[in-house]
Amino acid sequence: MSNAVSALQGASFDGYCKVEEAGLTGMITLRGELASAGVAKAVKAVTGAAMPGQGQITEGAKGRAGWMSPDELLLIVDHADAPAVVQAASTSLAGEHALVVNVSDARAVFRVKGAACREVIAKLAPADTSVMQPGMLRRTRIAQIPAAFYLEDDETAVLVCFRSVAQYAFDLLKDAAKPGGEVFG
Amino acid sequence: MLILECPYCGVMADETDLHGGGEAHLKRFGPGSSDDDFETYLFHRKNPKGVHFERWRHVSGCGKWFHAARNTMTLEVYGTYSAQTTEPPKAIVNAVKKKHPEWEGWT
Repeated sequence: MSNAVSALQGASFDGYCKVEEAGLTGMITLRGELASAGVAKAVKAVTGAAMPGQGQITEGAKGRAGWMSPDELLLIVDHADAPAVVQAASTSLAGEHALVVNVSDARAVFRVKGAACREVIAKLAPADTSVMQPGMLRRTRIAQIPAAFYLEDDETAVLVCFRSVAQYAFDLLKDAAKPGGEVFG
Repeated sequence: MLILECPYCGVMADETDLHGGGEAHLKRFGPGSSDDDFETYLFHRKNPKGVHFERWRHVSGCGKWFHAARNTMTLEVYGTYSAQTTEPPKAIVNAVKKKHPEWEGWT
């Protein structure tokens, strides 16, 4: 198989926040009955993370689990581990009405680093970023494309979008982080 | 700007995050129904100046459909509720009645 490369191969931009493409990230969509014990067990087993509640993202030793909708989770793991994680989760959910798919190569991930990371995203999304805290995940749009974001810590926002629009998303973030564009100085 | 709370995500989503789905609580008239009923089902929509029940989809969020009760004149929102219902829940009806005692009901 050919070498896996991320959408923009780690492109970065230094503005009043640093915007960088995060490189290869393993991402798995898990759909099913989130209230079931089987799903919680599978999530715990593959990521080490507890089941996230509505609008939350939890962290474990091997990855993160984000709440995407009442019947959908996003599992973020190491890119190389993703196929094995899908295998393990599918096996453990064999008896349930659930779906586990590796979507790593269909997505692009960006990191926005800096004290004003919330502000940079707020320029692009209709979401109230001031209420966002580490541990919360918001699915929304940036300009014209769907995107989801969460905070790794108070000064690092992670934004996930489709790979096909990675360049568009990067250009948007670059523009929003341009020096001189500070809103709250 | 219209802002609705998505009952599934619990977030306040503005209308650019949503997609409107028209009038809520339609009763379907399919094969075997009379021509009049079928025509009404297909084409006749309410267009009230005042209280209206609508379907909305949280299109760039969770992707789920939900219902909203709002006022087309004042843009006041009485509440949002799950799509898995054939009529507005009591709490929503009461919220509307409190504001508009003369309101004649949702049907």
